[in-house]
Amino acid sequence: MKKLLLATASVALMAGAAYAEDVKIGVVLGYTGPLESITPTMAGSAEMALAEVNASGKFALGNLVPVRADSTCGDAAAGTAAAERVVTAEGIKAMVGADCSGVTGAILQNVARPNGIGMISPSATSPALSSAEDDGLFFRTAPSDARQGEVMADILTGKGIMNVAVTYTNNDYGKGLADSFAAAFAAKGGTITLNAPHEDGKADYAAEVGALASAGGDLLVVAGYVDQGGKGMIQGSLDAGAFSKFYLVDGMYGDSLIEAIGAPLDGTIGALPGIDNEGSAKFKELAAAAGMDGTSAFAPESYDAAALIAMAMAAAGSTESKDWTTKVMDLANAPGEVILPGELAKALELIAAGTDIDYVGATGVELVGPGESAGSYREYEVKGGAFETVQYR
Amino acid sequence: MDILNALVAFLNFVFIPGLAYGSQLALGALALTLVYAVLRFSNFAHGDTMAFGTMWVILITWLLQSVGITGGVLPTGLIALPFGIAITAAFVLATDRVVYRFYRTQKAAPIILVIVSTGIMFVMNGLTRVIIGPAEQNFADGARMILAPNDFKEWSGLAEGLALKQTTLITVIVAAICVAALFWFLQRTRTGKSMRAYSDNEDLALLSGINPERMVAITWIIATALAVIAGTLYGLDKSYRPFIYFQLLLPMAAAAVVGGLGSPLGAIAGGFIIAFSEVFVTYAWKKVVTYLVSADMAPEGLLQLLSTDYKFAVSFTILILVLLVMPTGIFKGK
Repeated sequence: MKKLLLATASVALMAGAAYAEDVKIGVVLGYTGPLESITPTMAGSAEMALAEVNASGKFALGNLVPVRADSTCGDAAAGTAAAERVVTAEGIKAMVGADCSGVTGAILQNVARPNGIGMISPSATSPALSSAEDDGLFFRTAPSDARQGEVMADILTGKGIMNVAVTYTNNDYGKGLADSFAAAFAAKGGTITLNAPHEDGKADYAAEVGALASAGGDLLVVAGYVDQGGKGMIQGSLDAGAFSKFYLVDGMYGDSLIEAIGAPLDGTIGALPGIDNEGSAKFKELAAAAGMDGTSAFAPESYDAAALIAMAMAAAGSTESKDWTTKVMDLANAPGEVILPGELAKALELIAAGTDIDYVGATGVELVGPGESAGSYREYEVKGGAFETVQYR
Repeated sequence: MDILNALVAFLNFVFIPGLAYGSQLALGALALTLVYAVLRFSNFAHGDTMAFGTMWVILITWLLQSVGITGGVLPTGLIALPFGIAITAAFVLATDRVVYRFYRTQKAAPIILVIVSTGIMFVMNGLTRVIIGPAEQNFADGARMILAPNDFKEWSGLAEGLALKQTTLITVIVAAICVAALFWFLQRTRTGKSMRAYSDNEDLALLSGINPERMVAITWIIATALAVIAGTLYGLDKSYRPFIYFQLLLPMAAAAVVGGLGSPLGAIAGGFIIAFSEVFVTYAWKKVVTYLVSADMAPEGLLQLLSTDYKFAVSFTILILVLLVMPTGIFKGK
């Protein structure tokens, strides 16, 4: 009986594949590594957008099939190999990803450019990617950290905190963010007592905490990863009584942090890319219906990245990267009919009819400069063991 | 001049972390040096024995917690520790029976045994990753702090807080007990004396009727127990991650060599020397010095000799210096 069912199912699948050509989209994110706790929701959101396009029946170029590959976030060589595999072996036509800045840069230079595959990253935020050679193939629905640095400086100086210590994860993301924050904070008259790196994956951060404590400061800015050294630095600071107030960057946002640290985290402030508009509310509904948490970090950006790829392909009438990548900026920006999450069917109809659209999506997508999000941020404070939104900037 | 604050900052950021780390290294180095003294080779699988044993302690801790047994204010891991030691010792004895004994009966050169232990290292490494995975595990429960920094500040009225984690205190106490018990065993018991005799001169020991296989088995059991205790204490005090334990092999080997390979006393001294030099060299002394000197002499810079990233470089530098200047180590090892 089981075999019969299996056979019927596989026949049905083959029949399904027969009338619609599969268009494979790589979802290259860090399923293992320092962002592993938020990655499932990111990938799920991207795949939700692709499923929505498929379900609309208005995507004429075939059936969008997500293909997952593990960027590892931290290991550029392994991430490149994984991306290379889905490009050459699976024949993906576009890539949602990668996630962390270092691997994203490596995949862009070593896989995307040589193979001519377009990629839209939902979460690579290093300022260095703005000026990277990309042959017009690279976009991101996340803002550059140059913008995050300014937002951080605004939030801290707005609270009258002018004297801080900074610890950053020792990679492209951490260094880029720490530098852009240092520049913005100094411009506003703030002082950084020490800007020191920490390595991820260590068991003990007592030495790093000791150096920062010696330098002093009213607050510790933690520019790291939530499942890695960032958490270790906070735990170490609390244990030694070195710092009691923290500012968290976008990579530090995650419920796992509150679970790990508990009550002492109350009063911590931070910000991550996010927007409060109709689109984000709709996205949260869609995510909730799919059994996911729509407020998880970079989940809406992932949905937007996948949706943009599908619409750009429809607008270009081609799944080839050299064709669809030319359409991304037009679709993402005004003028045109506003498109929100859950309205991809309507967008595809309008595109087919030749009407200009403005994809606003879950994050108010507005791509500037070399194809990166202009960026709005959600400022939050940890109160009573939960992230509470303070305001949007 | 504020000597009290300087003292508290020194204790909090240099002395207490150094003491805890030193105790953990000393236990690990003791096990390493014991294997070297009796079995005559450097056991490269040592770090992974720690990881393997601590993994069992964690798994049993979870089992105990799931049936509602906890250590109360003490970490449950301490209850699980004997079970972890037993399982790991059984595994190590099986390894000895299947692998090491073959080379021992052939009287293989020490370097061959080192390579063989590297093979064992990879096997244990892989087993640990298959069973518990490479991710970080925190299994410390019970009361976290004995002395919270803010409580200390309120009590003393000083600007500096002093923190004492429960796991730090447990580490130091357990390490002291283990070391005392080991020395009592080696100096006072018949088996301990036989073990030293076997270590000094194998042939002579054989002639006096000492059973070599029994000596080897006891050495493995004691070394494994020390390694698992060191690993569990490190995991409770800091956190557990198999790769970190593999890396711990380097400072532990450095500690054993600095003290003099084969000398138990040297291993303990070496552990503390390595731990304190790592902390001393990478600590930013600005805070302590600022309290000690007058306000106008307060230092501008951090007074940090090396960035904390160079921690491992410190133990390596000491290792190389010792090998160059006095290769037998402080306590005249082998």
